[in-house]
Amino acid sequence: MSFIEVRGVHFAYDPTEGEIPREVLHGVDLQIEKGEFVALLGHNGCGKSTMAKLLNGMLHPTGGNITVGGVDTRDDDHIYEVRCRVGLIQQNPDNQLVASIVEEDVAFGPENLGIEPAEIRRRVDDALKSVDMYEYREHATYKLSGGQKQRVAIAGIIAMQPECIVLDEPTAMLDPRGRREVMDTIQALNREKGITVVLITHYMDEAVQAGRVVVMDEGEILMQGTPRQVFSQVDRLKQHALDVPQAAELCSCLQKAGLPVPDGVLNEEECVAVLRQLLGSALETGEEAGQ
Amino acid sequence: MLRDITLGQFYPGRSVLHRMDPRVKILLVLCTIVFIFVASTFSSLGLIVALVFLSMCLSGVPLRMYGKSLKAILFVVLFTSVLNLFYGSGDPVLQWGFMRITVDGIRRAVFVAVRISTLIVCSAILTFTTSPTQLTDALERLLRPLKKLKVPVHDIAMMMTIALRFVPTLLEETDKIMSAQKARGADLESGGVIQRVKAMVPVLIPLFVSAFRRAYDLAMAMECRCYGISPRVTKMRQLHVGRVDLWACAVVALVMAAVVAGNLLLPVWM
Repeated sequence: MSFIEVRGVHFAYDPTEGEIPREVLHGVDLQIEKGEFVALLGHNGCGKSTMAKLLNGMLHPTGGNITVGGVDTRDDDHIYEVRCRVGLIQQNPDNQLVASIVEEDVAFGPENLGIEPAEIRRRVDDALKSVDMYEYREHATYKLSGGQKQRVAIAGIIAMQPECIVLDEPTAMLDPRGRREVMDTIQALNREKGITVVLITHYMDEAVQAGRVVVMDEGEILMQGTPRQVFSQVDRLKQHALDVPQAAELCSCLQKAGLPVPDGVLNEEECVAVLRQLLGSALETGEEAGQ
Repeated sequence: MLRDITLGQFYPGRSVLHRMDPRVKILLVLCTIVFIFVASTFSSLGLIVALVFLSMCLSGVPLRMYGKSLKAILFVVLFTSVLNLFYGSGDPVLQWGFMRITVDGIRRAVFVAVRISTLIVCSAILTFTTSPTQLTDALERLLRPLKKLKVPVHDIAMMMTIALRFVPTLLEETDKIMSAQKARGADLESGGVIQRVKAMVPVLIPLFVSAFRRAYDLAMAMECRCYGISPRVTKMRQLHVGRVDLWACAVVALVMAAVVAGNLLLPVWM
């Protein structure tokens, strides 16, 4: 069995008075293995944020079930275990920091778990080092930049030693530099600490960095696979009003124009290599024709 | 300027008073405040003033900072002492219509002025040398016995922490909303008091709405970090009563004993 198993999950929010309950998820199946880096894509309102909250038991599915390490997220006696294993990071870094001082904020989670002070100290230091914010440990949180705040928020979850972190559009409110800092941190945590990462995003260049991409649309899973497999289906993604990385789009256009371009070009470097080859061969054939 | 509010009045430093246990500091300040009012002779009051002055010098905070906090209440001090001037009994030194000033009145006026000023300086020493987080931490621990009476001490401390945390965030937001409304032609500065209060409504409503949204997000973040699930909550930072604290207690106790002795043995005028 996978680490996180999502089986036939339906979800509808409690209707406000007089409204018909609208179902956001219609039968989602998803398996997430330990140590994976999964990107969850989709445009606004496709149910991806709801998915995030379902994964650590903040919301309970209205149909189907979700298990984390074998524990059902609806099991209130074990909710503690679920939350310790799956940490959730939200979009707005300002709204998830609890204390005014960096290290006190990071200590908040372990303190709630009733861990010994010396052990909390060790975990806080470790967590801050792993997000590269150790030298800021005594700073006031409100003076940090957005990217730094988000990294402190990640440290706060890491200090609880989860096996998986779910990030709900963690870079949406950050400037390009902050985005890069946060993405580097996430990558490092996945690679070096073996923490399972579920990254919810609508930035394609972020999704490309994942090991697996899951595309959601209208409360269902549209397709999934490696970034290469998913982003080579440019037309299908476009039909569902989804973006594709610029490099993939350019190559697909060239392909349609009848040029010999390979499938599955993902990032700028690959695109540059392909174009260089293309131009090189064009130049050669041109020269041959000229002679 | 607005942003300095978070740290309250805290003046970071490494002085003896900064290093003291915040719990001990709070208790000693409370004790001193009580004795400011117990002291009824000039010499006992003088002794307390000397103690407070000594702590002021030990705090490593520039004296003009204390001057600032005194200036803020200058009016209250003057008003109450002038009022007291006319309340004395005995033979008048000066009579002007129905108002008369007696020697007793003058003594009262001086006492009130000194008492209020010392009180303010005394609490300023506490807030200057203790960070808000240390203060909430210490209060939580001092109030812990109330837990037996079902007072949610931990939650109260949590509320204080969050309030302190969100002061700069909300101030920043107020600034932003004010600029946004000004850009839409709102006039926040001119007009009388009523008009200006009315002009604040379009600022306050968005602020409230966003505060609620933030509260919702924060509640979710806290739940994700297991707040309120475990019956046992620990603290990373442990407080220790050290040698400095014991010395401070000894000095304060000595002064208090002297104050009581002074009250009992000396006439009011000494």
